[in-house]
Amino acid sequence: MTEANSFSLDVASHPDNVGLARLAVAALAAGAPFGVPDLEEIRVAVSEAVTNAVQHGYGGRRDGRVRIEATLSQDRLKVVVSDQGRGIEDVALARQAAAGEGERLGLGILFMETFMDHVVVESHPGQGTRVVMEKRVPVAALAADGD
Amino acid sequence: MFYRVEPHLLTVGLEQDLDLATAPAVRAALDTLLDRYPDRDVRLDLDAVSFLDSTGLGVVLGRYRRLAASGRTLHLVGVRPAVAAVLTVAGVRQIMTWDPAVLNDGRKRGGVADDGGQLV
Ligand SMILES: Nc1ncnc2c1ncn2[C@@H]1O[C@H](COP(=O)(O)OP(=O)(O)OP(=O)(O)O)[C@@H](O)[C@H]1O
Ligand SMILES: [Mg+2]
Repeated sequence: MTEANSFSLDVASHPDNVGLARLAVAALAAGAPFGVPDLEEIRVAVSEAVTNAVQHGYGGRRDGRVRIEATLSQDRLKVVVSDQGRGIEDVALARQAAAGEGERLGLGILFMETFMDHVVVESHPGQGTRVVMEKRVPVAALAADGD
Repeated sequence: MFYRVEPHLLTVGLEQDLDLATAPAVRAALDTLLDRYPDRDVRLDLDAVSFLDSTGLGVVLGRYRRLAASGRTLHLVGVRPAVAAVLTVAGVRQIMTWDPAVLNDGRKRGGVADDGGQLV
């Protein structure tokens, strides 16, 4: 049986750290019997949350801090991505898929919601944003793993 | 990135994951090729792209819009399951065609259904 495991990463709001966060969370998640498509979905969700922190939270500035906390327990993966950037005025509005600026599609939060089982976005304008995402380990895999 | 020019077709292959870190350079390189070879439809080979998120998709759809504005088409080939999942959720199939990645022996890479768009 999978033992609880976790990490906390504090990274600069640099575009290269989007891939780093993806890699770290996927490596942790690989400790549970997630399927390959599950791991791909986790990668996308983490990428979206960290990208938003860098792009929107800090407006592309690279000197902000983004924290990625990931916890793998017996039945689920929990990922918390937080920044101390500009925050979101209206979270409900932000969650509605609508074209963003330039080539942004307004799909990031939709991807998080589609690919994870549970997504909470908390934000205080001027203080920052915190995204909490959870994905359950497939029940069939848990049963097969139960020794 | 590699590309091949034929009389009516420009094929461009991307060879890196598409996210916030890589999007600016990929966007610029694609636009340079699109401008250098006008009047050609474009085939974008994603066989070596194992990851794409909404930022990467923005680059692809942005190129689609540029091409469509001048009556050119964009067709995606070599779409891996992970990339197909993102395209499917985004509803890209309604505007663009794509073909799944195939293994050397002609079989599709794991996880892609026959319509090429859906994870199984
Ligand atoms: N960490 C954040 N800090 C500040 N604003 C945010 C943050 N995350 C999201 N937002 C706001 O929520 C909106 C929706 O985010 P979402 O990721 O769904 O779309 P997008 O980033 O605009 O486009 P895409 O993700 O398709 O590139 C953003 O445009 C932005 O205004
Ligand atoms: Mg986004």
